[in-house]
Amino acid sequence: MTAKKTAKNSLESSLKRLEDIVEELERGETPLDDAMMLYEEGVRISKECADKLKAAELKIKKLSKEIDGQFTLTESDEV
Amino acid sequence: MAIGKNVITITELTRQIKFSLESSFPRVWVEGEISNFKQHTSGHLYFTLKDEGAQLSALMWRSRVANLVFQPEDGMKVIVRGSITVYPPRGNYQLDVDQLQPIGLGELQLAFERLKQKLDAEGLFNPEHKKPIPEYPERIGLITSETGAALQDIRSVLSRRQPSVDVVLAAVRVQGAGAAEEIADAINSMNQYGGIDVLIVGRGGGSLEDLWAFNEEVVARAMYASKIPIISAVGHEIDFSIADFVADLRAPTPSAAAELVVRDRTEFLEDIGNLCYTMRGALEEQLFRLRERTSSVMTSYSFNRPKDLVREFSQRVDELERSLDISFAHGTQLVHQKYNSLQQQLQALNPSGVLKRGYAIIRKTGRIISSANVLGVGDKADIQFHNGIVGVEVKQGHEL
Repeated sequence: MTAKKTAKNSLESSLKRLEDIVEELERGETPLDDAMMLYEEGVRISKECADKLKAAELKIKKLSKEIDGQFTLTESDEV
Repeated sequence: MAIGKNVITITELTRQIKFSLESSFPRVWVEGEISNFKQHTSGHLYFTLKDEGAQLSALMWRSRVANLVFQPEDGMKVIVRGSITVYPPRGNYQLDVDQLQPIGLGELQLAFERLKQKLDAEGLFNPEHKKPIPEYPERIGLITSETGAALQDIRSVLSRRQPSVDVVLAAVRVQGAGAAEEIADAINSMNQYGGIDVLIVGRGGGSLEDLWAFNEEVVARAMYASKIPIISAVGHEIDFSIADFVADLRAPTPSAAAELVVRDRTEFLEDIGNLCYTMRGALEEQLFRLRERTSSVMTSYSFNRPKDLVREFSQRVDELERSLDISFAHGTQLVHQKYNSLQQQLQALNPSGVLKRGYAIIRKTGRIISSANVLGVGDKADIQFHNGIVGVEVKQGHEL
């Protein structure tokens, strides 16, 4: 099982995982116990995705390169 | 005499002038018309820049000439970038040109076509080099002016469609001298910084001159070298910029770039909802199938057969037990009677018992004789009694 894998992944890989789960379940060959676990994982991922999508205002940060070559990000709130 | 106090050599004066001029004008942009244009056999360019009031000697080294996208000619109006240098042997100063751009639509168009052909020939526009734009970018790099319309347009589209994304802005000048270099640097910086999923490089609409930075080679090369996929968004719906050809995807405007780069979140949420629905459906179907299978097994003949056998068997055991109970007493009595009668029969059959009652066994040469006509006169025989055997000889006989 790869239940833990998606915990901190990006939206894209979460969605891919969700699609994989759906495909796996649709094939209907997974033993019931595993299928139940997959389903639970799928529900969790979809909730995470939805939460992520619903959260937050657009954040714009400004990238600047310092003289020493390091980068800094600063909030850019002014319109 | 005042003379002589501060006398310095021409060389020294020229050295001071050289230092003073060169440190004052390390980089200048000037606009003028080309005259006395000469391309030396060495490859260096020598010309004079002039306007109504003044003129300036200029030279461009061969190494920089290689980057020119047009052929300079007398009378051509240009913008040049360079530094003032002093040439002591002749006592003159000149502009050491490192960039030369034509002014005016005709020349710009010409330069555009030349650069386009050159970069195309080098393969910078090759479709196979184009990187796919990620479907769900989470961190979008934006290279544009901090004060321009492009930033506002992109901000409003992203806020509406997909506010969960992060935008990293590299603020650059998007027009005028040095803009192209800033844009190219920003592209490089974004690549060095890392963690950026996709880049939008662009600006709002403007005249061809305003958009010129996006037609410059340095921008094209930085875009081509970028590991991050780039969407060009130069605000000119009709005309293409060089940047548009090099970019992995071309958007006609910054707003369109923002629309292209993120999916609408309501659409996205719908997709997730659909996936969940399908997932639940698939699981329910599996459960249904399992339930069906279970019940068909439960009612099947073969599944029930062992149960039937067990039932039959126990029924039989019951029957047997019952009949056993009923007949037990009777049974033992019968066995006794049978035993006695058998014993009597056995007694009756015992030959020695018969011999005692007066019967005898006659044998001729060991074989039992049971018929009179087997024995003739003179035959010898043995007669066995219950207590002994005697030998006899036949004297006479007749049939009964």
